[in-house]
Amino acid sequence: MASDRYTDRELMVTTAAREIEDGDTAFVGMRLPLIAFQVAVSTHAPDAMAVYESGVVRDSPADGFIHTMCDLPNLDRAVATTDMIDIMSRLQRGDIDVGFLGGAEVDRYGNLNTTRVNGEGEDIRLPGSGGACDIACMAERTVLLMPHEPRRFAEEVTYVTSPGYADDGNGRNNHPAPGGGPSALVTSKATFGFDERGELYLRSVHPGADVTDVLAAFPWEVRTAEDVGEGVVETTPEPTDEELELVRTFDPDGFWT
Amino acid sequence: MAASREPLDVAVSRIDAGSTVAAGLALEHSIPFAVGHELLRQGVNDLSVIGPISDLLFDQLIGDGAVSEVRAAWVGNVSAGTGYRFRDAVESGEVTVENHSNFSIALALEAGAMGVPYLPTRSLLGSDIFEQSDQFVETADPFEGEQIALVPAIEPDWAIVHAQRASPHGDVHLWGNTGIVEPAVGAAENVLVTAEEIVDPDVIKSDPSRVAITREQVTSVVECPFGAHPSPVAGHYNRDNEYYLRYNRQTETESGFEDWASKWVYGVADRDEYATLVDADLEITSPTVAAEVQYGQ
Repeated sequence: MASDRYTDRELMVTTAAREIEDGDTAFVGMRLPLIAFQVAVSTHAPDAMAVYESGVVRDSPADGFIHTMCDLPNLDRAVATTDMIDIMSRLQRGDIDVGFLGGAEVDRYGNLNTTRVNGEGEDIRLPGSGGACDIACMAERTVLLMPHEPRRFAEEVTYVTSPGYADDGNGRNNHPAPGGGPSALVTSKATFGFDERGELYLRSVHPGADVTDVLAAFPWEVRTAEDVGEGVVETTPEPTDEELELVRTFDPDGFWT
Repeated sequence: MAASREPLDVAVSRIDAGSTVAAGLALEHSIPFAVGHELLRQGVNDLSVIGPISDLLFDQLIGDGAVSEVRAAWVGNVSAGTGYRFRDAVESGEVTVENHSNFSIALALEAGAMGVPYLPTRSLLGSDIFEQSDQFVETADPFEGEQIALVPAIEPDWAIVHAQRASPHGDVHLWGNTGIVEPAVGAAENVLVTAEEIVDPDVIKSDPSRVAITREQVTSVVECPFGAHPSPVAGHYNRDNEYYLRYNRQTETESGFEDWASKWVYGVADRDEYATLVDADLEITSPTVAAEVQYGQ
């Protein structure tokens, strides 16, 4: 843990929350994004909306802790409880501004794998896509969240569950997926962006993390904000007291954070 | 034609070995676990299970050897991640998996419900869900020319739904998010509905906008209180998250799974006895009561 004031995952949640802009419609899935949306709509993005593939539509935090999108506090006082075809149709016609995705593996173009990985010569089966492939293909932008572990950063992912950018330097221009592609990768040590070619670059390191150490986890030479003309590598802002209090209100036992 | 109102064991005995069964259709909400456990008690096997995400239910059916094929977008434990019985069965080749995204399984069932052979989507292309499968087709939209993927219809033998209330005829009130209940019910040859309570038909007819399923689609309707535990049911009980976490710890090994099944599936005669084993406070303490709705003439 980099700080005695907050955990790595609390910082990931507040960093992810800041990727939601006021007025956005966000596609929220499992785990940390469940908390991140609630923080965003309680702070800088009061006019944000959340949709969940189960059919839930919300404009406010849940009154009670939620383990999943279908926990009753997330259904209670929702804007609507509808169905998957409705929510996925909003995504398909381009109405979703930002979607959140996790992954067991990511490559330099933001392709994500949650289906199967190879460990010591044997295939290991993972749960699969859920709605991740759909969000990756069709959201205007996506934010990827994962722990900062070398085994997760791959030259080539074992299976492309959720497409990122093409490897031809043209990003999504010649790519069959209609959405905008990944805009950020938030790990437990740093935040990355994707340049106009669709390649990952280091945007900021979290407080206490070291640039060399952060980049050493990757099997390729990761470029930095300086390298791609996007300013300098900054330090990720720490969670504010207000944000931390909100995270601990929405996740009182630290189940997710 | 009205559904047959009958006990759970009679309803489940209609499901043959080798059937294709869609279940867990409202995602983490209102999962028909009581039906799953009765399928295991009756030894129904060689099932092809169909669903969007499956939060424990498919893992339990797979762990007990009832499944030969999975057609789904995600199988695991939403509280804890891995479904160990699914993972082991896939890695050993005991079950085959047709990988979907949530939208592709929704569209496959929607096509079935609409009576059309396929539906197009702008999802899937560029993923290995598309590339490493022969089930989908890429084509040019004949009107505008854009490349799109076609998802073929799925018409399951059975769709299984747990709802809040139903009439004895099989007309069903279901509220809270519904995931892909509607397309699956429309696509399926037979529908088995379990409900927290069977109510007078006048209750259902007092609020027709809340009806999700009508009787001519339903083969069997069963009163089955607590039929979705440990998943939550709006208006009835909360998610039993500790149960999901304990299941995850207990079923990492095959023998651990057998211990679990011997208590929760084979150790009880029916759902009433199952309910006596649950020691968790899942009560809804401050229910939201919907504003009164009036119809009229």
